[in-house]
Amino acid sequence: MSINKAEVQKIAWLARLGIDEQDIATYSEELSTILDLLERMDAVDTDDISPISHPLDLTTRLRVDAVTEQNQRDQFQQNAPQTEAGCYLVPKVIE
Amino acid sequence: MAWETVIGLEVHSRLATKSKIFSGAATAYGADPNTQACAVDLGLPGVLPVLNEQAVLMAIKFGLAINAVIPERSIFSRKNYFYPDLPKGYQISQFELPIVSKGRIDIQLEDGTTKMIGITRAHLEEDAGKSMHTGFGDQTGIDLNRAGIPLLEIVSEPDMRNAKEAVAYMKKIHALVRYLEICDGNMQEGSLRCDVNVSVRPQDQKALGTRTELKNINSFRFVEQAINIEIERQIDIIENGGEIIQETRLYDSVKNETRSMRSKEEANDYRYFPDPDLLPVQIKPDLIAKIRNELPELPNAKKQRFMTEFRLSNYDSGVLTAQKEMADYFEVCVATAAGEAKLSANWITGELYAALNKENKDITESPVSAELLGGMIKRIKDGTLSGKMAKQVFAGMWNGEGDADAIIASKGLQQVTDTNAIEKLVDDVIANSQAQVEQYQNSKPDKQSKLIGYFVGQAMKQSKGTANPQQVNDSLQKKLNR
Amino acid sequence: MYQSTLAQLSTALESGQISSAELTRLYLARCHKFNNSLNCFITLNEELALQQAKYADKQRMAGNATPLTGIPVAQKDIFCTNGIKTSCGSKMLDNFIAPYDATIIERMNAAGLIILGKTNMDEFAMGSSNETSFYGPVKNPWDKNHVPGGSSGGSASAVAARLCPAATGTDTGGSIRQPASFCGVTGLKPTYGRVSRYGMIAFASSLDQAGPMTQTAEDAALMMNVIAGFDQRDSTSAAHPVDDYTAGLNDSVAGLRIGLPTQYFGEGLDSDIAKLIEDGIKELEKLGATCREIELPNTALSIPAYYVVAPAECSSNLSRFDGVRFGYRCEDPKDMSDLYLRSRGEGFGKEVKRRIMIGTYVLSAGYYEAYYLKAQRVRHLISDEFQTAFNDIDVIASPTTTAAAFKLNEKINDPISMYFSDIYTVSANLAGLPAISIPAGFVKQLPVGMQLIGNYFTESRLLNIAHQYQKMTDWHQQVPREFQ
Repeated sequence: MSINKAEVQKIAWLARLGIDEQDIATYSEELSTILDLLERMDAVDTDDISPISHPLDLTTRLRVDAVTEQNQRDQFQQNAPQTEAGCYLVPKVIE
Repeated sequence: MAWETVIGLEVHSRLATKSKIFSGAATAYGADPNTQACAVDLGLPGVLPVLNEQAVLMAIKFGLAINAVIPERSIFSRKNYFYPDLPKGYQISQFELPIVSKGRIDIQLEDGTTKMIGITRAHLEEDAGKSMHTGFGDQTGIDLNRAGIPLLEIVSEPDMRNAKEAVAYMKKIHALVRYLEICDGNMQEGSLRCDVNVSVRPQDQKALGTRTELKNINSFRFVEQAINIEIERQIDIIENGGEIIQETRLYDSVKNETRSMRSKEEANDYRYFPDPDLLPVQIKPDLIAKIRNELPELPNAKKQRFMTEFRLSNYDSGVLTAQKEMADYFEVCVATAAGEAKLSANWITGELYAALNKENKDITESPVSAELLGGMIKRIKDGTLSGKMAKQVFAGMWNGEGDADAIIASKGLQQVTDTNAIEKLVDDVIANSQAQVEQYQNSKPDKQSKLIGYFVGQAMKQSKGTANPQQVNDSLQKKLNR
Repeated sequence: MYQSTLAQLSTALESGQISSAELTRLYLARCHKFNNSLNCFITLNEELALQQAKYADKQRMAGNATPLTGIPVAQKDIFCTNGIKTSCGSKMLDNFIAPYDATIIERMNAAGLIILGKTNMDEFAMGSSNETSFYGPVKNPWDKNHVPGGSSGGSASAVAARLCPAATGTDTGGSIRQPASFCGVTGLKPTYGRVSRYGMIAFASSLDQAGPMTQTAEDAALMMNVIAGFDQRDSTSAAHPVDDYTAGLNDSVAGLRIGLPTQYFGEGLDSDIAKLIEDGIKELEKLGATCREIELPNTALSIPAYYVVAPAECSSNLSRFDGVRFGYRCEDPKDMSDLYLRSRGEGFGKEVKRRIMIGTYVLSAGYYEAYYLKAQRVRHLISDEFQTAFNDIDVIASPTTTAAAFKLNEKINDPISMYFSDIYTVSANLAGLPAISIPAGFVKQLPVGMQLIGNYFTESRLLNIAHQYQKMTDWHQQVPREFQ
């Protein structure tokens, strides 16, 4: 399977990755090569085998409903690019 | 041309857990921005989600209440999209294997008939944060306190045919979640909100028309208005030869119009896949059995019981059970009023209801408690209070002047039922109204029954309303017809 | 002293032969001397390390010491360390001071271990050569023209050059074992879920696992005693009982049944390495182990399956790096889209972007079934093959890599060839099995490792076999001349 330039742009947008116009062709080539590698899986018939998303077939434990976390806003926001009045700031989002 | 409307609802119910669905941060409403957003809610590098047991139990409760199938295995998936108030760049939600599948809810239509609305599924997910577009100049402020609050998204089948049905359905969900005590139902705070899918088609057409989705509606009134205005818009477009575009629209309650939210539309591809940070949830049959046993009495069952146990009308039972707190109020009131059910129902659906409405209060905020009202009704029943006096007592209780007995004492409202006192009162009235007595005695019986009102009025006036009107009436009849 | 193992340092500290403060200064001095040439540390934690050391000495005086109290170790820069920069090898997190400790760090702090510094790594652990780091490549101490392997290359290099006695690593597709092999150290990837992932910056959540990188198997056991165990903050953490990993080190390996997968000894394997591994297995046979060939027929598909699953998970895991709450934000974003596109476009390196794109693609509408679900089916198949094999054998032995460390820049522009350097290691991640790489000799002056793969939760057995092997050999004691 090859990924054309338009598809590269579409994926990059879905993933919100800004890529330079001149790199699109390279991406298209590289990703196509990688997809060829991935398609080697088609060599094996897996119709009768179920997909697994975890190596061990376990089920989840549940947490007791209790408040265990304290307010750490000031410490957390030291890592923030921009804050004001306790809020994280971003350029205006138009609804 | 005759058009048929097809409506389906996605109701988001905020579950009333103490902590968030995947973290131990608090969920209380109205805290300072980001003071209830912990490392997990912020999606800091390295953090992991751990599922809140209570959220799971609440979802199962709801499922059982709508006679739904609760699968033994349920999984969480990631819904991937970028939005500044979505901290991880994905929302943990459910896609395949939701916690509740295939259920049903009965709604009452205005003509008194019942209609079944199918529930496709209900799934657990985390809420996003809040974007604030004003107060930050040309920027948007992000508050993530809400991020991670558990939501139960209840998806209906497209079974509703008009706005009234949609409202009835939403109200029924509202009642259910409150009965189950899984959601506070506070719509102003967004605890219950819905997205509405609306389409229209010619009456005789089978295939569904193109639908639009009206986002984030948080009042019953707006549900009705938004649907009606959208139906109008769609029919108008089609009748003018246009086509409906499948899109998300926003209802503007100020302008009473819906408008396109194009910003939400761009190339949605959510790339759902099972969240590898969470293992499947296993729900054992004995847990389901345990929750089923602990389910409270639900609205329909309660309504039936009220009709048989208290001999109330279909209408009264419906009104009293529409809200759990109202039903509880009624039962406490009846118990205090020594079983006086009909009178209790009348007072609650009449005087109390009107007073609450006037001050825009909920039953839970009523200044007159069920015990107070019951105490007063007991005094009506034992003849201490007349209906008219009771209204005065009720007003006193509403203003916090104490219980019925205290108000009766302080205002001297005790009804006079002493036979001698009544006889004397009646004699006085007759003595002072000779002209009227003559007129009465010269009239035919049918006229007499009207004229007697005058004497009763005089007696009540003279006794400042304390005389028992029935006794006065009886005594007057006896003396005048002599 | 600097050539001592954790076990030896433990004895020296206990006997009062050296204090933790002295030991910490000694290693810090070595780091200062050699880090410029190796680039294995992103952050040296000088001040705090010395404070921790002094505290450790006090604790020891007070009789509160654990076996590892006061020993400085290096932490891969993928673990969140409260108050210390945690970069994950990325420009994206160059300014990120973690506000909390990962569980593994918490456990090591509680045991009295000292954080000497944070080691260099491939960006977000995506790479097999340490060349994708924002902080530049790490050098292999055995030959600085060669890569140390990746992604835990900084940790491997630092232990090999004895800039620290031991370090932590993480392994998603071989990121502990491959650099351990390339640098001549011992590296254990535990069973999936054995060590908490909380606070370890996620690459691929269903594959990631942290583990020790040490000089010896005995040291790995000592570290496992500290870091292994259930964590209620990690839903995928295993509730399985935890062993005392040192208890069985001296058990006999007589009767041990070793399986040799023919697919791990075939085409593509360097013949010198094949020879060394055969020698290594002979050592185990001398101790009474028996060998037989086994088949893991779908081994070749582990690479494509891995390069679907890992990018898919990473594409989603890395969405949180959006320039809103932490990390890199581009200059003067003109609107929200611009902020996302440029912050992520500028903050991530080439390989990370490549994997996010692949992951996004395989999860997108129309491709999910053909790639993602197919890979998870293949994963099931591979996992089942191991279980079938373990019916007749106790442990699998193989080379860790097809070749010794390659040269810097040799594969950086050839992702496919780079991906295939993980061919012997990724299967254990897909199946969640524990595996260890131990030094097994040298090919042209470069170390190579032997890999042992066990069934679930058999870390004790793997460490026991490795320890018995290390009692018979001295490959693990070799130190590159420049760093002696």
